[in-house]
Order: sequence, then C-alpha cells, then structure tokens
Amino acid sequence: MNIFDIMGPVMVGPSSSHTAGAVRVGLLARALLGEQPVEADIVLHGSFSATGKGHGTDRALTAGLLGMAPDDPRLPRSLALAERAGLAVRFSSAELPNAHPNTARLTVTGRDGRTLTVTAASLGGGRVRVTAIDGLEVAFSGELPTLIVRNQDRPGMVAEVAELLGRHGVNIATMQLRRDNRGGLAVMVLESDQPLPAGLTDGLKGLDGVVSVRYLCMEQGGI
Amino acid sequence: MAFTSVAGLLEAARDKPLWQAVLEHDMAEEGIGREQSLERMGVLWRTMEESAASYDPARRSASGLTGGAAALVEGSGRAVAGPFVKRVIAAALKVGECNACMGRIVAAPTAGASGVLPAVLLPTRDELGLSGEEMVRALYVSAGFGQVIAVRASISGAEGGCQAEIGSASAMAAAALVHLHGGTPGQMAHACAMALKNLLGLVCDPVAGLVEVPCVKRNVAGAMNALACAEMALAGVESAIPCDEVIDAMRAVGGALPAALRETGAGGLAATPTGLRIAEGLRAPGGEKEG
Repeated sequence: MNIFDIMGPVMVGPSSSHTAGAVRVGLLARALLGEQPVEADIVLHGSFSATGKGHGTDRALTAGLLGMAPDDPRLPRSLALAERAGLAVRFSSAELPNAHPNTARLTVTGRDGRTLTVTAASLGGGRVRVTAIDGLEVAFSGELPTLIVRNQDRPGMVAEVAELLGRHGVNIATMQLRRDNRGGLAVMVLESDQPLPAGLTDGLKGLDGVVSVRYLCMEQGGI
Repeated sequence: MAFTSVAGLLEAARDKPLWQAVLEHDMAEEGIGREQSLERMGVLWRTMEESAASYDPARRSASGLTGGAAALVEGSGRAVAGPFVKRVIAAALKVGECNACMGRIVAAPTAGASGVLPAVLLPTRDELGLSGEEMVRALYVSAGFGQVIAVRASISGAEGGCQAEIGSASAMAAAALVHLHGGTPGQMAHACAMALKNLLGLVCDPVAGLVEVPCVKRNVAGAMNALACAEMALAGVESAIPCDEVIDAMRAVGGALPAALRETGAGGLAATPTGLRIAEGLRAPGGEKEG
C-alpha cells in the first residue's frame, strides 16, 4: 500500500466509497461508451440506494458521466450541469442479485443511439471494480490500461489477440475470458502494464471474428 | 513493499530524519523523483489549508444535519482550554463540516476522519511559525505511521470501526505533532501508540449511515487526543505496549466488533430512537434538500 493511498485522495466529500468512488464509476461508464452520454438510466443497489442521497452518490455518478474528477468543486451542482450539457439522468433503486453493497448499474446512451450497460461496485477508499458489461460478468478496476474484446466463441481467438498484442510489445498483466451462451459470443478483458500503441485497437477490430473492441485508459484521461 | 512495522520504520530512520526515510521509501516504491513525491504531498497540504480557509458558516449538508458548528465555537466568547485548543476544535469542525457538505478535502486517512490532521497541524503551524515545507515533512511522518496501521490493521470503518478511522488519524496526527516539536522517532512511535490505545474499541455507528453524526465531532476528539498524546510523548512518557502490538490489538478488536458497529448504520447512536427517527425522516420523499 502506497503512502498516497493513506494520505489522500483529494476529493469532494463526504465519503470515499459513496462519493469519490461513485465519480470513478461514472467516469468508467463514460470512457467505456467512448463519449459523453445523452441519456443515463442508473439503478442504485444496497447501501448506494439506502444512503446514496445523503452521500451525494447521485451527483457523484452524474459528475463522472460529465467527465469531472473526484475533486471537482462543481460536483455538488452536477445534476443542473447535466441538464445544461444535454445529459438526461434518471435514478431508481433495485436489489441486484449477488451484488456488492455499493453497486450501481448504468445504462448509458450515446449520441447515435448506441447503448451500453455497465455495472460497477465501489470498494472503499475511492477504488472501484466494473463487475459486468452488457450483462456479461467481468472484473477490472480501470487503474491499468484495459482492453475489452467481444468476439465469436471459436478456437484460436485468444491466441490471435495475444499474438497481435505481443507483436506490438504490449505485456498482458491480467486476462479474463467469459462466454455469453446467448449469442455464441465471448468477452476477453485484458489489462496491460503500459498504454496500448496507437492503431492497435484498429488492428484488433480487423481480426476475423472480433465483434467489438473497447479500450480504456483512465491515465490518459479516459475520454 | 510498504513499511510493515513501526519497528522497521524506526530502523529506517536510524541515520536520517523519519520523514526523509518515508519519502525515500515512496520514491523507490513508485519509481518517482524526490520533487515529484514532494509536489504530490504539497498538493495535499495546500488542500488541507484550503478546506479550512474556505469554510462557509451558512453551508448545510444535504441531510440538514451538519453545518455551522465551527462558527459557533469561533464566535463564542469562552475558551475553556485556552485559545490554542479552541482553534484546534474549530479547525476540526471546519474540515469535518466541509466534508459533510460536499466540500473539497483530503482523505487522511479517510474522508470521515479528514478533520483530525488539519485540526492539529494548522494551529501548530501558526503557533510555531512553520513553513509549508516543514508541514509537508510532517505529512510524511503521518503517512509513514498510517501506512503501518493500514497494512497491519485497517483504516476502514466498515472493517475496523471508528478506531480504524478517527483512531488512525489521531495516531498519525500525534506522530506529526511530535515531529513538528522536534521530538525523536521513538517519541513519535510512543505518541502514535498512546493515541491508538486511547481510542481502541471506538465503534462506527453513523446515524442514517451518513458521514455526519457522530463523525464530524469525533474529529474533534481525535484531534484533542493527538495533542494530549504528543504532549506526553514529548515529555518522555512512554507507552507500556509497543506501537506494533497496539496496532495488532486494534486489528483484533476491529475483527471482534459486531457488524452493527462497523459502518452499517444499524447499531450504537444510529440505533437510538432519535437516530432511527432521523433516518426515517430522510427516507421520506422530500426528506432531503439539494445542497
């Protein structure tokens, strides 16, 4: 544990898990969509639902969707700022099965009507984990450059992706594989030690059998 | 690797100031330069100054439970324990209230305990006429002891109760105070140990689950305890139980606390008739205001 995990972060209060962590969840959803959404349907679960209002969790999630950092002084005014920025946010509460007590599920819509559903948990101290994307179970924090590849579920796909990364000098730190029985699709989540070189995601998109590629690099400011 | 014991921290500080040992450890661990680390810590110190300086007596939290307390203390004609202590109390309330009202603070080590360090450090700076550079060094001392507490025990109320938040902050503040008054690393360790011991067993029982009642005022308790323990350590009073063993005891006590007393808002003050009534009121439609 680094000393700046003990001292810091600089954040807008009142809670590192319910406020600062919630901002990061919003930022991750925005980065995964690849743009600022025009609509967001947000379901709050557990403690997020029970104490979220008093902790400003709703405002924090919205601030993240608008691209604000956890210490942005505009955070308390984010709901009004969203309205002005053309982002319609709706909140509801639900019990999500087997979810961490501080969980939010965000369905975000981009300008061209594309939607994405991101489920994420706030683990404490401002740290977060994305637990599902479009209903497919995943587990990553967004602290490392992260690549999410959806592909057809057939032999050789993992090798092709790994080979392309290796050829570009990218070291894979962690890798997860999940299969979606519904569509015969699989999802690969790869975390790398260093940001991906430009053009690599286009190369991945060009691979036969790859359906979609999302790349997340919060260090470079997400989007 | 982080410092895993206070004994190891003191060993690293045998031939150099303790703050410097912590700084050099951070540089090696993160692979960053001295200036880079100092700048990061400098941002934290300046933010602590701003949190207190930007205090707005009119501001209230979303629940309406918090706000205005620091102004009442500052405006009162009394000073039961003298003007310095009164300034410490006011600063703890200012930052605690700033946090509850969605102001900008430094989690040190957590948001709920963010008032303790600024509460003792800001008035001490004014009293001793210290530079920003000297205050940043004190933060390294706090961070070094805090790191050991986090590694050996916990700094999360949900895991270890309030002793892990206000208790840890108080211990970190006590060590920093000893540093600012020219004490030895050994005295810092005794101050840290005594501060933790005094708050051992403190439960985390926030009303309605919010970081407000009793959190804001417990920042005052943590700050006052830090002053007392630094005073004792600087005078040569020692903790009978070594600091590492106190931290281990804090972990054991945290593990023994029932879930109701670990940030669930289900026990202690949260479960009193008034605590429950407040929680019920906030759940009702329109029970909260936009801050």
